[in-house]
Amino acid sequence: MALTRSERIAALHKAAKERILVLDGSWGVMIQRENLTEEDFRGERFANHNHPQKGNNDLLILTRPDIVASLHDAYYSVGADISETNTFSATTIAQGDYGLEDAVYDLNFEGARIGREVADRWTEKEPHKPRFVAGAIGPTNRTLSLSPDVNDPGFRAVSYDEVYEAYKQQAKALHDGGVDLFLIETVFDTLNCKAAIKAVKDLEDEGYEPLPIWISGTITDRSGRTLSGQTAEAFWNSIRHAKPFAVGFNCALGAELMRPHIAELSRVADTLVSAYPNAGLPNAMGQYDEQPHETGHFIEEWAKSGLVNIVGGCCGTTPDHIKHIADEVAGVTPRAIPERPKALRLSGLEPFELVA
Amino acid sequence: MRPVFINVGERTNVTGSAKFRKLVVEGDYTAALDVARQQVEAGAQVIDVNMDEGLLDGPKAMRTFLNLIAAEPDIARVPLMIDSSKWEVIEAGLKCVQGKPIVNSISMKEGEEAFRHHAVQCLRYGAAVVVMAFDEQGQADTAARKIEICTRAYNILVNEVGFPPEDIIFDPNIFAVATGIEEHDNYAVDFIEAVKVIKATLPYARVSGGVSNVSFSFRGNEPVRRAIHSVFLYHAINAGMDMGIVNAGDLPVYDDIDAELREAVEDVILNRRQRTNVSNTERLVDMAPRYKGEKGAAKVVDLKWREQPVAGRIAHALVHGITEFIVEDTEEARANVDRPLHVIEGPLMDGMNVVGDLFGAGKMFLPQVVKSARVMKQAVAYLEPYMEAEKAGQERSSAGRILMATVKGDVHDIGKNIVGVVLQCNNYEVVDLGVMVPADRILDEAIAHNCDIVGLSGLITPSLDEMVFVAAEMERRGMNLPLLIGGATTSRTHTAVKIEPTYDRGSTTYVIDASRAVGVVAGLLSPTDKAKNEAATREEYVRIREQYARGQVVKARAALPDARANRFKAENPTPAPKPTFIGTRAFEWDLQDLADHIDWTPFFASWELIGRFPQILEDEIVGTAAQDLYRDARAMLEKIVVEKWYTAKGVAGFWPANARGDDIVVWTDESRTTEAARFHGLRQQIAKSNGKPNLCISDFVAEDGDDYIGAFAVTAGHGELAKAKEFKDAGDDYSSIMATALADRLAEAFAERLHKEVRTTLWGYVPDEQTTVQDLIEEKYLGIRPAPGYPAQPDHTEKATLFRLLDAEAQAGMELTESFAMNPPASVSGLYFGHVESHYFGVGKIDRDQIKSYAKRKGWDIATAERWLSPILNYDPSKIAKEQAA
Repeated sequence: MALTRSERIAALHKAAKERILVLDGSWGVMIQRENLTEEDFRGERFANHNHPQKGNNDLLILTRPDIVASLHDAYYSVGADISETNTFSATTIAQGDYGLEDAVYDLNFEGARIGREVADRWTEKEPHKPRFVAGAIGPTNRTLSLSPDVNDPGFRAVSYDEVYEAYKQQAKALHDGGVDLFLIETVFDTLNCKAAIKAVKDLEDEGYEPLPIWISGTITDRSGRTLSGQTAEAFWNSIRHAKPFAVGFNCALGAELMRPHIAELSRVADTLVSAYPNAGLPNAMGQYDEQPHETGHFIEEWAKSGLVNIVGGCCGTTPDHIKHIADEVAGVTPRAIPERPKALRLSGLEPFELVA
Repeated sequence: MRPVFINVGERTNVTGSAKFRKLVVEGDYTAALDVARQQVEAGAQVIDVNMDEGLLDGPKAMRTFLNLIAAEPDIARVPLMIDSSKWEVIEAGLKCVQGKPIVNSISMKEGEEAFRHHAVQCLRYGAAVVVMAFDEQGQADTAARKIEICTRAYNILVNEVGFPPEDIIFDPNIFAVATGIEEHDNYAVDFIEAVKVIKATLPYARVSGGVSNVSFSFRGNEPVRRAIHSVFLYHAINAGMDMGIVNAGDLPVYDDIDAELREAVEDVILNRRQRTNVSNTERLVDMAPRYKGEKGAAKVVDLKWREQPVAGRIAHALVHGITEFIVEDTEEARANVDRPLHVIEGPLMDGMNVVGDLFGAGKMFLPQVVKSARVMKQAVAYLEPYMEAEKAGQERSSAGRILMATVKGDVHDIGKNIVGVVLQCNNYEVVDLGVMVPADRILDEAIAHNCDIVGLSGLITPSLDEMVFVAAEMERRGMNLPLLIGGATTSRTHTAVKIEPTYDRGSTTYVIDASRAVGVVAGLLSPTDKAKNEAATREEYVRIREQYARGQVVKARAALPDARANRFKAENPTPAPKPTFIGTRAFEWDLQDLADHIDWTPFFASWELIGRFPQILEDEIVGTAAQDLYRDARAMLEKIVVEKWYTAKGVAGFWPANARGDDIVVWTDESRTTEAARFHGLRQQIAKSNGKPNLCISDFVAEDGDDYIGAFAVTAGHGELAKAKEFKDAGDDYSSIMATALADRLAEAFAERLHKEVRTTLWGYVPDEQTTVQDLIEEKYLGIRPAPGYPAQPDHTEKATLFRLLDAEAQAGMELTESFAMNPPASVSGLYFGHVESHYFGVGKIDRDQIKSYAKRKGWDIATAERWLSPILNYDPSKIAKEQAA
């Protein structure tokens, strides 16, 4: 008998208290290995669509659900507690590049449904280690805080309302499809993220059961700031109102360079902290060279230093990386959530704090 | 430990910084960003952005500015305070910031439901909130009310909405003290007490406030204001105030304030028992001028002013608020005039006008004005039995009945109450409807009480829209009572641009402050001055509208075909009747008659003495100069008339005419087959709304059938140049300028006088017109006489057609220079429109499509058209030329 969603959410909170949770790794690198053709991406449903679809990984949910299910399966099998839906780009804004705005609901609903099915199978097999499905909500390919035109800094290629509506539609479909939590990830513009938070929260007004929200930002380079210019603490102050289940960073950096920013977040965030770095930095060919045991070693150190509650991998990581990570953090005590004094905390690009 | 105090930058606030407002209204966002940058550089930890200006599209201005800030890392570094009284503006701002801002503000003004909704939205957008101590009953003034409202709001936010208590900032309302009104004396204490209780009983909540309000009654005296801010903050911060909107860098250190001043300020702020025989407020008011700067050293008691004539003594008593001698002075004045009322209308009102001028110039403060009103009241009280005694006559018991109301949606009434006090002191009856009064009630009550004037007040920005609505309702209901607009966010520009145009049936007047109210009301109720004042105001507002239109960077313009389709269509299709003659007629006018019709106000203006005639003669500052000038002018005028220095010659003519598109074809005769001339019109291209037409002078002439047009050219300047030269050669520049200025006035009087003749006899479309000299000066009549080169037809070259048609050179000895200036200089010319609905307007800016059409009709090339009309082009012709060359 499968668990209800509220039972699963309770189990998720319980598991997070007991141990460091493991997220899955990269999907891109695994899909690449399948050597899929344009026809594979199109399938029957989009055989005659007028845009090329090769590279639209999210579309495989509808055209090659077998591959999508097998990847969830691969990651759960190496010890991942949570796997993400393959819906990073499944918004009307991001799918606009492929002319697939109309398929967005189906992508998210089916993406969630496939993940749900695989996760439930594993939970049934290993009831002591329930598996969870996180609905992946990506940054879209437009920014709300930045102008794409250097000569017109006040210009925006997209409006808040457009981003908000796109996210709301995605979140609704993911919810309908059965995800356990939302993962707003690879946030390089905090305003996009805030629109996603608002969209998710507003679903409550339409009678949707509130789900945990996990927010993962991206520090784009060694400056220690997001692409939109915020420091780690300013980013946290900006999104804390979401009362997130977890907050962390992913992508752009390998574990080595990500560490100081995770440490900073770990200090300021009074919620679970997550980290899923890339497998190092890409080489000249755009490939990731960091070996699974190397990644595992970095993450083991974070875990033992009490910096993290959830770990996983981003670009370049494989089930093998996740296996090493899962093995290294097994049995390590998760980070204790710090209690911070109540204070008026605001932010611009930098944090502001008025302590009592 | 000194408590932490957060300084919120106040300069990027259109309601607080005139400079910033100007930059934003003019669309100079680059310079506006510099203001924000300077704030951050000067140490502001949060910057307040407010775009609540009636002339701005609030959400758009907020969005534009915040998006630009986002691109400036040295500004975007700090959190923003999104400040507006309109939720839509706040929400627009919330959609632009990636950081966590403060929303300023939300409140229970519109009830708990709206409050909860706004709080939930702020929570979901991710913002801290400022909560104003404001509920359905209004803004909290006493400590008890402030605490009660803040506590209620806190419980809703924390217990019902789930708002984090540390993200709540209360603004328990800082109000002005030392206003001279006793109920205001405890306002600072009320605030400080409320801060203490809020901080003690509402865990984690913060307290903020707009500090500059507290010293509002001392505006103009910055050193004293700063001292007040410093003392106020010293006590408020110690009570627990956490942040404030204030220019903190500009404040003196509490301990550095002069001890005597600090004690006086402290007595006022803390509302302590008075130390001397005068109130704390009066003591500070008396002391204030000493700290203003080098001016105004300490006064010695000097009774020299008692040696002046009685009018001067009364003025002195009013300005200085001295009641000691007012009864005996009033009695002396009464003995000098026929009727007791003349004392009020004469010396007392003149004195109050001086008070008004000084207050307006920042040389007097509100409490002094209230003291002046007290003197006035005593004088009026003394006169009342005498006025009662002669009541057998037709005199009304009060000088007039004024309805006053704070408009719907606004609860601010301090300013309105002060105006009420001042008006009542001046023998006006005030019907005060209080606050949050809907338009229909205002108008119903105005009719029910048979009021003479409707006065609207408002302090918050949304009230501006409501005032526009009230004005539109007055128009719709066919009312014609004068409408007064006042209150902190109102402005002359807004009144001129947004309110006045919606109310054609009556006049609309902006009243800058309480002390002006009496002068304005008196002017609007005076049987002799009413129309003149209204006309002056209308004229001024037309000019302001033009200035404003010019200031707009890019204004929506209607394409010419659309503007034409939206032409003015008269409700009354009947054209004016046929004139008594067709063709021209020459006149030589009696100079004495013209002298009797002079409008003196512009005469003084030409000497850079600004003020209305005849009050200017009593003006304390320029009065003496004005009297001397007037005496000399009257003397010279008599010589001009008696010795016939000048001759006044003119010509007027009438012709059958019909509109042809934007042009007016003038026919030689009634057969309407041969064109005598063609006047070209320019059409307004500003995008119109509310069904307002895009006007062109041709709209006032019928396209078909029997319609007519008139034209005139008059001069009083024959002999002018010679006379001026004669004086100048004799080394008497004063008389030379005087001779020229008087010729100008005579020419204007001639135009006015001839126009009356045209209306009553020559064209005769108002044969029974009853107008006085004043009415003429005030242009209180039907039909218009616009001149080429002025707003209704800004093309000066049309004067060539006019002069040719009138044969002005032969008939009146007038000619045009190559720039189409008239010679002699003291000349006036124009067209006559007789249609009852014809009225003055300004063409405003026009686009290239109209330039092309106009050039074609004038037989010009485009460059010529652009040259003559350069002041009204809505584009830069040089840019277009470049584009075409490229």
